[in-house]
Amino acid sequence: MGLLSKKDSKLITDPLADNNPITIQVLGICSALAITAELKASLVMGIAVLFVLGIGNVVISLMRNIIPSKIRIIVQLIVVAALVIIVDQVLKAFAYDLSKTLSVFIGLIITNCIIMGRFEAFALANKPWQSFLDGIGNALGYAVILIIVGFFRELLGSGTLFGVPVLGDPIEKTGVYAFGYENNGFMLMPPMALIIVGLIIWVQRSRNKDLIED
Amino acid sequence: MAINTDKNSYTIFFAIAMVVVVGSLLAFTASTLRPNIDENKRMEKQQNILYAMGINANEGSGDINFISTDKVAEAFTNNVLEQIVLEVKDGNVLKEFSRDEFMNSKAQGAGKEPYLIDVKKEQTKAKNGESRFLPLFKGSQNGKTVYVAAVRGKGLWDAIWGYIALDESMVVQGAFFDHAGETPGLGANIKQRYFMDDFKGEKLLTEEGVFKGIKVAKGNNDPVNNDKDDYEVDALAGATITGDGVSAMIKNDLKLYLPYFKNLKNNNN
Repeated sequence: MGLLSKKDSKLITDPLADNNPITIQVLGICSALAITAELKASLVMGIAVLFVLGIGNVVISLMRNIIPSKIRIIVQLIVVAALVIIVDQVLKAFAYDLSKTLSVFIGLIITNCIIMGRFEAFALANKPWQSFLDGIGNALGYAVILIIVGFFRELLGSGTLFGVPVLGDPIEKTGVYAFGYENNGFMLMPPMALIIVGLIIWVQRSRNKDLIED
Repeated sequence: MAINTDKNSYTIFFAIAMVVVVGSLLAFTASTLRPNIDENKRMEKQQNILYAMGINANEGSGDINFISTDKVAEAFTNNVLEQIVLEVKDGNVLKEFSRDEFMNSKAQGAGKEPYLIDVKKEQTKAKNGESRFLPLFKGSQNGKTVYVAAVRGKGLWDAIWGYIALDESMVVQGAFFDHAGETPGLGANIKQRYFMDDFKGEKLLTEEGVFKGIKVAKGNNDPVNNDKDDYEVDALAGATITGDGVSAMIKNDLKLYLPYFKNLKNNNN
């Protein structure tokens, strides 16, 4: 990659696997459990966090030398809350349908620990460009896990993907339902999201032994 | 930059400056965008009422599609034949307003269209023992007169609301539900078409005219809702509290309209 130095590109690729915010840092679990019953919601949440974390990291990084350390957490909270509210208002005025879809996520974005975690751990100590890359990388790492979990929960729980039936009709008994297959309603419950995240963590650590803590 | 960011005076200065900057930024955004947002909300209400009446842009059996925003004003004028406002207290209708009477009455400020009545505020009024206004929209569906009533209640996380189209004997002809913050994939599915469509044909009253409501029932062995006489629709998996909220809102709010419909029936006989 000519555009990014080796160190910079690591900022994007690391969070995708070996330093994933969900499976390794165990941040953002709350929203990963709450909204992954549908693939579409997972995708929307991923995009929203990508946007907020990318911009928020840059803003915090620009302010890093003037933020008083005693009140830095509150300052971070205000930055992310203001950012999210302004985006929400603009969407409500000019893209009302989209804002209806996003309304549920607004609160979840502000309280997402990944955002505060990256502000605190990275943006406060690094230059804007690196902070931007770090934000994008972590948001993508978050989105990847959400999409994997959303895929399995929607497929096994409702037999659909993006709301489109892929396994046949459970009431008319067509497709795989003709052979006695049933949707697993338990997949729609938050505990199953935790179990799927657990399985991902298991697979990841069994492939890369360095990740196992003693 | 050599600012001593640890000094108390600096911390206080920074906090004040931050509040002023962020506060004015948010106030500025909110006030500039307000007219656009209000207009969007107004059109959404019209779309919702029309949707309950069966006037929509649905295709096949997929998502719900409202009539588009550029056509909604015209459709609303053409299809909503009458807007009625009922002033009720303790189960009695005190007064019935037509649209013009209501807009001239200054009950809610002059020139306020009945469909813009804030149901939440009216509910608070009723709770405080005052009389409240109930909006009702008269329209026609396949040559039959339908009445659209507004309902509002609590889901799991936040408010849920809807519009229910009824015929003269309070049989549901169409329903629309929306929510402020139910869980996507679970409670938020009350906004799905398959859930709303289930309500069509359900009865609210028993043969004797007693108000029974419609229950969002778990495991009623009738997932496609063939039985229209059971006062039940099939619940959503994983959304018990939202479903209970829908049952409660139908029971509490539609009951308020009962005197009007009884009157209607008596006048027709």
